Amino acid sequence: MKNAAPKAIAVNRLVEHVMRQNRGRLLAGLITRLGDFQLAEDALQEASVSALKHWGRSGPPHDPVAWLMKVSFRKGIDLIRDRQRELRKSDAIRIEALADAESKTPQIIPDERLRLIFACCHPMLEEKSRVALTLRTVCGLTTREIAAAFLDSEQTMGQRLSRAKAKIKSKGLCFAVPEPEEWDTRLGTVLSTLYLIFTSGYVNEDTGPRDLCQEGIFLARLLNELRPNEAEIKGALALMLLTDARRPARVDAHGAIVPVEDQDHRLWPEDIVAEARKILENAVRQLQPGPFQIKAAISDCHMARPTPDWPQMALLYGSLWVFEPTPVVALNWAVVLAETGQAELALQRLDELQSSLSNFQPWYAARAHILEKLGRTSEAHTVYRTAIQLAPNDASRKLLSRKVQAITI
Amino acid sequence: MKYMLLLYAAPDKEPAYGTPEFDEMMASFAAVSETMVNDGVFIGGEGLQGNETATSLRIKSGKVETMDGPFAETREHLGGYYVLDVPDLDTALKYAASIPIAHFGTVEVRPLLDFNQAG
Repeated sequence: MKNAAPKAIAVNRLVEHVMRQNRGRLLAGLITRLGDFQLAEDALQEASVSALKHWGRSGPPHDPVAWLMKVSFRKGIDLIRDRQRELRKSDAIRIEALADAESKTPQIIPDERLRLIFACCHPMLEEKSRVALTLRTVCGLTTREIAAAFLDSEQTMGQRLSRAKAKIKSKGLCFAVPEPEEWDTRLGTVLSTLYLIFTSGYVNEDTGPRDLCQEGIFLARLLNELRPNEAEIKGALALMLLTDARRPARVDAHGAIVPVEDQDHRLWPEDIVAEARKILENAVRQLQPGPFQIKAAISDCHMARPTPDWPQMALLYGSLWVFEPTPVVALNWAVVLAETGQAELALQRLDELQSSLSNFQPWYAARAHILEKLGRTSEAHTVYRTAIQLAPNDASRKLLSRKVQAITI
Repeated sequence: MKYMLLLYAAPDKEPAYGTPEFDEMMASFAAVSETMVNDGVFIGGEGLQGNETATSLRIKSGKVETMDGPFAETREHLGGYYVLDVPDLDTALKYAASIPIAHFGTVEVRPLLDFNQAG
């Protein structure tokens, strides 16, 4: 055998590359046919090992993805056969049906990732499990990478993942795109899971080996590709892109957070902002308003220059309130009102929220800011102190400390 | 510190396809590169085509001379390389020892020359 070792290196790289690019797609197709998450993962794993052997001999096949799909499917059937010894005849029938399906497997692999995403983000699963399962199955992160992102041990995360997979299997959770009557709520769960992935990356910057912001954007893009006429998917994607664009500007040279209105917009990547605005425009044109589109629009107005479009933002918060009447929305709404010259009203609204947002740091920061605007500086000073004590990280502590120092009593 | 691991092997010493040794070599290569990537030390690595595909070039008296094949006729051929970023030589050698080619060929470990110590 000539050149075996160099080929081994080259084939390894190819298998890694094909798996990284197509893992989600392959898994989705396998789960659809085999009906079992764990079985599909095991089968794909075995197929990638065989790929190393077979491709190492005579080079890769013409269509590596189709090869992997075919071989994984056969491995899956073999795995079921292995287990069959302990099982009853009903499975024999299932295998017949599967083997029959295999002969009919078309050359072009249908894209089953939409079903996969809906299964991973099923409302029956816990929120954290949804996040973990989506990252594992659709994005192809390793258990170790997911554990690192959430500061869990690899073992804990592994258990969480296998529990989630077992739950899907035991409940016979349908691996399907939801019916029209369920669609809106199920899509809402999917989008909030993706957004949670994105914000996890945004909050704990640089903790994990993979950038979760990029994974969140990847998933939103994928979903938008699979369902191109869904305004809320576009809204979520636009919101993530706008938020992501502000990353280079959100902390200054001294490590203090810079509020959006004070950020140097020249640091925002123009192409990303332009893309996000275009996506949002397309979404709004579909006339299916929803919370993600409204939040993206608020973000867009906040990023308007020379100054944010505060009046428009206040109106948008009014619309968001219809979808999400939560104290946090009310808080942000009040902050915007203060910027439109209605500081008294804003303060009044904040005071109404006190009981539901006690110990919520942004409430103190907002109240201090509004008191300062009203010229009630000594009160502002005291509230700033509390906000600093409760600050979640150094960057926001620095910003608040600077504001306190700027107050002249 | 960055090191290049140069993999040399004699073609007639490599395991043949279909033998258990071949499968083991493939599996070991997969395991090694996965470990390198997971450990965060992997910078790059490629396999090379056989040395009969080499073209060598020299300039003699201002004239470009090319010839087929490598200049030196050696029994062991350069078949591929890895570049790793590891703290020290001992670590580089540990990775080198886990490359299956070490069983039937040679792995040469060389530090990269880096004048920019700050970077």
